Amino acid sequence: MARIELQALRHSYRPDPVDDADYALKQVDLVWEDGGAYALLGPSGCGKTTLLNIISGLLCPSEGSILFDGVRVNDLSPEERRIAQVFQFPVVYDTMTVYDNLAFPLRNRGVPEKQIDTRVRAIAEMTDLTEMLGNKASGLTADGKQKISLGRGLVREDVNVIMFDEPLTVIDPHLKWKLRSKLKELHQRVRTTMIYVTHDQTEALTFADRVVVMHEGWVVQQGTPQELFERPRHTFVGHFIGSPGMNLMPCELADGGVSVDGHRIAVDRAIAPPKTGARLELGVRPEFVRFVDAHATDALPVDVIGVRDTGRNKIVETNFAGHKVRALVPEGISVPQGRAHVRFEIDRTQVYANGWIIE
Amino acid sequence: MMASRHGTGFKWIVPFLYIVFLMLPIYWLLNMSFKTTNEILGTFSLFPQEFTLDNYKAIFTDPTWYNGYINSLIYVCVNTLISVTVALPAAYAFSRYRFLGDKHLFFWLLTNRMAPAAVFALPFFQLYSALNLFDTHIAVALAHCLFNIPLAVWILEGFMSGVPKELDETAYIDGYPFWKFFLKIFLPTIAAGIGVAAFFCFMFSWVELLLAKTLTSVDAKPIAAVMTRTASSSGYELGLLAAAGTLTMIPGAIVIFFVRNYIAKGFALGRV
Amino acid sequence: MKTRNQKAWFLVAPVVLLVAFNAVIPLMTVVNYSVQETFGDNLFFFEGMKWFEEVLSSERFHDSLIRQLKFTFIILAIQVPLGVAIALAMPRKGFWASVCLVLMAMPLLIPWNVVGAMWNIFALPDIGLLGKTLNAMGIDYNFTRQPFAAWATLIAMDVWHWTSLVVLLSYAGLSSIPDAYYQAARIDGASAWAVFRYIQLPKLKHVLTIAVLLRFMDSFNIYTEPFVLTGGGPGNTTTLLSLDLVKIALGQFDLGPAAAMSLVYFLIILLFSWIFYTVMTRGEDK
Repeated sequence: MARIELQALRHSYRPDPVDDADYALKQVDLVWEDGGAYALLGPSGCGKTTLLNIISGLLCPSEGSILFDGVRVNDLSPEERRIAQVFQFPVVYDTMTVYDNLAFPLRNRGVPEKQIDTRVRAIAEMTDLTEMLGNKASGLTADGKQKISLGRGLVREDVNVIMFDEPLTVIDPHLKWKLRSKLKELHQRVRTTMIYVTHDQTEALTFADRVVVMHEGWVVQQGTPQELFERPRHTFVGHFIGSPGMNLMPCELADGGVSVDGHRIAVDRAIAPPKTGARLELGVRPEFVRFVDAHATDALPVDVIGVRDTGRNKIVETNFAGHKVRALVPEGISVPQGRAHVRFEIDRTQVYANGWIIE
Repeated sequence: MMASRHGTGFKWIVPFLYIVFLMLPIYWLLNMSFKTTNEILGTFSLFPQEFTLDNYKAIFTDPTWYNGYINSLIYVCVNTLISVTVALPAAYAFSRYRFLGDKHLFFWLLTNRMAPAAVFALPFFQLYSALNLFDTHIAVALAHCLFNIPLAVWILEGFMSGVPKELDETAYIDGYPFWKFFLKIFLPTIAAGIGVAAFFCFMFSWVELLLAKTLTSVDAKPIAAVMTRTASSSGYELGLLAAAGTLTMIPGAIVIFFVRNYIAKGFALGRV
Repeated sequence: MKTRNQKAWFLVAPVVLLVAFNAVIPLMTVVNYSVQETFGDNLFFFEGMKWFEEVLSSERFHDSLIRQLKFTFIILAIQVPLGVAIALAMPRKGFWASVCLVLMAMPLLIPWNVVGAMWNIFALPDIGLLGKTLNAMGIDYNFTRQPFAAWATLIAMDVWHWTSLVVLLSYAGLSSIPDAYYQAARIDGASAWAVFRYIQLPKLKHVLTIAVLLRFMDSFNIYTEPFVLTGGGPGNTTTLLSLDLVKIALGQFDLGPAAAMSLVYFLIILLFSWIFYTVMTRGEDK
């Protein structure tokens, strides 16, 4: 068990990187608290697998340091860091039985057979593999194999962190949900730090207590699922998480608040003028766009273009001063047609300069 | 990735020594091909003392010699073409369909690779003589089909099995007739496999001598046979022999260079 | 899932015709000879099983069969472990992997009689690099006269010629192992031996089956290289099966015994290959 700190990590796959574009990881400072369930979320190519391999020790970072409980581990191998990893494609030792697969990490460390047996049986129990212990691992289904990989991680009692690299990629859709709840349940039982890498926001938000969102080599936000939803710190988070994503439109400063094409929009904080030349954007999630009377305060005129029914909600697409703005209307509330008015909820409306939130 | 930290630093020595071992006889052959016969028999030297290109000149000016090369190349190319062409539809059938006797047929094809050429030499001679094909390029090309077709089918079947069946189905739904789908869509998809199969057909046809020698006398005589004749008739013209041998390595070297990235893949995908 | 379709026979028909033309007709000819006696001028007499009985009980056949088995066993015992070891030590990808592959494939593309001739002039004690060097080192070496030297040279030549095939196959097998396996093994704290035993060897099993089969069949069929190198000598010490067969068939024109011997010999290869194939692939289809 350990608290993992990443300090000023940068990594480039090129031998002599010149500028930021050469770096797969641009600048990462993060703390993973002991026993947490984390998700590392981002689209493919954002650097999440690189970051994972750096933590596990399969990759050595170009710059910066990795601390486990305050001790620098940059030069330690994966086994010395005592980490476990479940890969995207199931890795099992085909010629061995399920039992031998689970026992393998312990046997390599010279643990006495008797102790191994107790431990393997306990883990098999936890991962529902007890009935298959005597079977050849090669005969199992994809989800069974992923359970073995997971079991090989859990079987060692000294593991600091278990990492999952998109572990549900090859699992049948109807089993994905089952395996994910199993993971969550296991985390609550063993309380080992778990880091779950994925590009799927549902997987990330349902598994993790805290989610780290990555974008183009940067960590753009770390927070609880709720924080990511209510207060995206970067336009990428707003746009990537939630469906549909956050409404974003260019804006400028206007006496204490902001204005979009002459329409003044109130915000709940004073906006300090940003550096000149910075691109200002206003962001509000569809959930926080409400239809109001034309006379209500802060009412903004919009034209309703279309409505899409998703079952629980209706997504209303409108045109606001030439910008597409979507509103989420709960079932049962009527949607106006043609010219209408909306209000952006003041405490859920954010302003971004060059993509980053202004606080 | 971090192999250097864990891999032993002296691993390269094994392949290195092996390659040195491989190159030594080749180097000696090359060395001899630039020597005069007198020097070969008279003095022992690691490099030619009287460097000469006479041996190569002799080969390029004597039609029996250079015709040998042309003959070999002709029947090798014809054989490669025939083998791959007929193997393609057959490999497709084995990879896509189940039909009466398919497994037995596949095994029977493979057993032909086991047939010792020495066993077949005489019957081949009689068979092709009876058909008036003796001493023609096509005779050798057809005879080499015996071991090259099974090999080509085997390699191509491996590659084709790697192509998802959905590709075929999509094409039929889009209204492609079978032959059009096969030529326009399927063949380009397994181009690498065709390259590998062609490489192995070329290789085995190029190196085989016994059948090629048995089935030819003058008009289609392969280079390798010209060499054995020279070795026995003109006594020990070692320089000439070395030069001719050196030249036989060139087509192979060129072919290897072009398919170097596919060789390994071809083996990996083939199945027993 | 493969669909059942008898029309697929049309697709395999050309292959079947061509191979059958080359395989069945000559094979029938051989069978035909094997039961007849000839006195030239196309006069044949039916002899039944006589030649088979003669071949199976002849000392000459036993001797060449034993020599053949010895040869095949020795080259397999050298080439397979050596080939695997080289493939393991080879760079897995990049420029140097290409260099290794191209250089190692060289011997495979040299016509077989050139291989024999090349080794002949390489090993000759008076003008060959190998022969001269060994003698200069004080080792009395002359493969044209000493049976042991002839054997050693023959085996060295075959190792030179064919080990690369095992290397290529093993290399292909090793390249098909995803990186994740090695990473998982490191995380599980596996030793280099455990990685070989539980990851690399199982993946190699399939290609090694192919390699051993091919090497077995081809080593049993070897003819041209020893013919050029030693001609079966000194005496009969390196007369392998094929050499003996050709001597009988073409040298003495004893078609009957030669044909009977060919068939016996073909059946031996078939039998060994089948046993080996069955044992190696046992339990794979479950």
